[in-house]
Amino acid sequence: MTKQIRQLDRVVIRFAGDSGDGMQLTGDRFTSETAQLGNDISTLPNFPAEIRAPAGTLPGVSSFQVHFADYDILTPGDAPNVLVAMNPAALKANLADLPRGADIIVNTDEFTRRNLAKVGYATSPLDDDSLDGYAVHPVALTSMTIGALAEHDVSKKDAERAKNMFALGLLSWMYSRPYESTLRFLERKFAARPELVAANVAAFRAGWNFGETTEDFSVRYEVKPAKMLPGTYRNITGNAALSLGLVAAGVRSGLPVFLGAYPITPASDILHELSKHKKFGVVTMQAEDEIAAVGAALGASYGGSLGVTTTSGPGVALKSETISLAVALELPLVIVDVQRAGPSTGMPTKTEQADLNMALYGRHGEAPVAVIAPKSPSDCFHAALEAARIALTYRTPVILLSDNYVANGSEPWLLPDVESLPELRVEFATKPNGEDGTTFLPYLRDPQTLARPWAVPGTAGLEHRIGGLEKADKTGDISYDPANHDFMVRTRAARIETIPVPAVEVEDPDGDARVLVLGWGSTYGPIGAACRGLRQRGHSVAQAHLRHLAPMPANLGEVLARYDKVVVPEMNLGQLAHVIRAKYLVDAIGYNQVRGLPFTAAELETMLEEVLKNV
Amino acid sequence: MSEPVALKLTAKDFKSDQEVRWCPGCGDYAILAAVQGFMPELNIPRENIVFVSGIGCSSRFPYYMNTYGMHSIHGRAPAIATGLSVSRPDLSVWVVTGDGDALSIGGNHLIHALRRNVNLKILLFNNRIYGLTKGQYSPTSEVGKITKSTPVGSADAPFNPLSLALGAEATFVARTIDSDRKHLQSVLRAAAQHEGSAFVEIYQNCNIFNDGAFDTLKEPATRDDFLIRLEHGQPITFGKDGQFCVVHPPGGFGLEVRETANTPAEEIVVHDAGVADPAYAFALSRLPGLDLSNTPIGVFRSVGRPSYDSVVQEQVAAAKASVDKTPEQQLAALLGSGDTWTIL
Repeated sequence: MTKQIRQLDRVVIRFAGDSGDGMQLTGDRFTSETAQLGNDISTLPNFPAEIRAPAGTLPGVSSFQVHFADYDILTPGDAPNVLVAMNPAALKANLADLPRGADIIVNTDEFTRRNLAKVGYATSPLDDDSLDGYAVHPVALTSMTIGALAEHDVSKKDAERAKNMFALGLLSWMYSRPYESTLRFLERKFAARPELVAANVAAFRAGWNFGETTEDFSVRYEVKPAKMLPGTYRNITGNAALSLGLVAAGVRSGLPVFLGAYPITPASDILHELSKHKKFGVVTMQAEDEIAAVGAALGASYGGSLGVTTTSGPGVALKSETISLAVALELPLVIVDVQRAGPSTGMPTKTEQADLNMALYGRHGEAPVAVIAPKSPSDCFHAALEAARIALTYRTPVILLSDNYVANGSEPWLLPDVESLPELRVEFATKPNGEDGTTFLPYLRDPQTLARPWAVPGTAGLEHRIGGLEKADKTGDISYDPANHDFMVRTRAARIETIPVPAVEVEDPDGDARVLVLGWGSTYGPIGAACRGLRQRGHSVAQAHLRHLAPMPANLGEVLARYDKVVVPEMNLGQLAHVIRAKYLVDAIGYNQVRGLPFTAAELETMLEEVLKNV
Repeated sequence: MSEPVALKLTAKDFKSDQEVRWCPGCGDYAILAAVQGFMPELNIPRENIVFVSGIGCSSRFPYYMNTYGMHSIHGRAPAIATGLSVSRPDLSVWVVTGDGDALSIGGNHLIHALRRNVNLKILLFNNRIYGLTKGQYSPTSEVGKITKSTPVGSADAPFNPLSLALGAEATFVARTIDSDRKHLQSVLRAAAQHEGSAFVEIYQNCNIFNDGAFDTLKEPATRDDFLIRLEHGQPITFGKDGQFCVVHPPGGFGLEVRETANTPAEEIVVHDAGVADPAYAFALSRLPGLDLSNTPIGVFRSVGRPSYDSVVQEQVAAAKASVDKTPEQQLAALLGSGDTWTIL
């Protein structure tokens, strides 16, 4: 049967199933195939905190959304065009997000009375009219997979588990994806068990062939490659990019990277990744707690390493006292906070931007640190390098505010040329700096950077003692002198405030916008997509995005003053907006959501359109 | 390898220019003098020695040592020192802490440093009181201790620091006393030679808030009957003319004190710090009574086990051994690993 081929410019697919169904892997493979084809991509995994919630229940649903297009895109997509639902729970949990007309591929084998009852379906939605308006494709995924593997030497359980590869094969056929990388992946993954390689490949092919032969799928789609800058790309998550950025910081500084970390969602993947890179001299230590993790990192920095600690909000709270010590010691330290929904344990696998106040202010005493935030998964690489640059150059703790959305989301990354990465070499102190030529003054500052000398143990003649007690200017001796304390507090503030950071850039293609949308961190994609949508419909709107939150770019005040209205969308209750109001006396309009999910471009567009009407 | 050059350092070389500010009569002065007097023996250049402390009276110690030093935050010295030691195995890293710092707020870091066997020499000054905060009971204060925060007596049972360290399977555990300089230095010597964590409890007198806490171990009239001086390879006897001895009664789990005259010589325990099972040293640590009778001092346990530092550095060295590219080339290969695609 000849199938019709239809061209699309963009598609959003959501794979959803039970947390044991392998949906993250399925989505990941589909993404990799799509990357090979050259589409632009953005992905969003969404999974429960429970490792294995009771099978078939709503809390156990795990999903992976992938948005791909023949042009550059900024978000994983607001609403899926296609839902793959591996069981009734996956259908029920995701149906509300689907626009009418969307394709729904359901695994009918799982629509048993028992599974339907588990999620409160009195009758099967496949049999009543509740799915009218959607294009439903009932597929007996499990039984067809088992059937396809009848001749294979695998258990029934292993055969059943291959159903995600059947689904991947079907979707790969539907969207004309190149699948060689998936076959290679399966060979790698099951290298120790060749029978599983054969079974999974067979399941994948069965899914592909099913699409080709069944009459239920009459149309096959194509999405042409996007026009992207020339170069070599890979698809990368934020946590992976951040880890590579830290490795790169070690290479570019010539210093060993020391990571002290305690396992915490959603930051643990950085610990896992960095523990693989010992050949770069990276030392990772899984500490006994969050406090020890940052303590060990600070100890390593004292010894001349690039000390790093990675965590999420609750961990930063525990590290707070040590970060203040690092402020007093004036040593480099990178603290990565992969933010999640709080307070307390909150929703550990859901995203939020509510640690900004803590990063800026969450310490005892006047304890300023530098704060930066990446705007997208691949930007985490460059943000990590920038955090290291500031920490090493200015001898200060730097908090890097990632979040679950950029950490686990992915996008294509144009691989940078290593030689083009910033040069981060530092000079340790090697000889006395006192006027007499023999004295060492550990708190004599560089007039440009206000950084003190980094004299690491092992350097003869520079033996000195540092500590949390207030120090006298220059000598570093213990001092309770009132004027000295006042001077030191102001100097520590000034040395953060005067760090030169790049000017904030404004995107205003029409040049006549009167409304500025100001964001920070992971909201860059949704805000950018909303602004594009508005411009396409004839509106003028300007977008600016902050990477540096402390210190803020020197031109920010002047930029803010140019616009009649400044709107600040944040996944918190207005933390940046408060800073903008206090610091620049601008009547910033907050737009705030804390649902554990990223903004959709559509909701931002709707909100901004209202603002634009009233300018 | 050639013999190391003798550095010819003296105690004076280890004195910093800072004025020592403990209360007059504090036991910390004696410990400082003993440590400064011992340091030249190490024949390690001063710049390769680091003292890391937490918070408390004892934690002022690094300011007075003319080495590298860090006075950090309460309880965290073992964690900070771990990061330093594991990343700089060339350094000699010492931790100075107290009973509140190490056993209360920093208890977690202490036991984890010990179980990892980080190459740290940990000196715990135990005065059984909070001195810097002016006299509250500590986690080693005896039950019923009357202090500012326990006016009718403390209700909580104390830690036995050595039992705790042995429970964490510390590879080197010892006890000494501030006033016995010769013994203190002999214990420091053994600790310094040990590869891995060396835990040394030093009984230290706080003459302001807990004066005389260890007098029975110091007074000539009582000390011989109270102190058990452990010596490796020697039968454990003590008291005037060795009138008491330590035995391991059949059927029991622990050790007991007997009169030597009534005990067959072969039943007297011969001290062996190298017993692999920490149960032996643990039994020794349980000998003292509430009145400090039968208090062993010396090296309880000294067994070999690779230090955390050496294992970590060996992993790094093994990974680096296979590298034949520059760091930049390696980095370019790492960035381009996995599924990539090229747009022309």
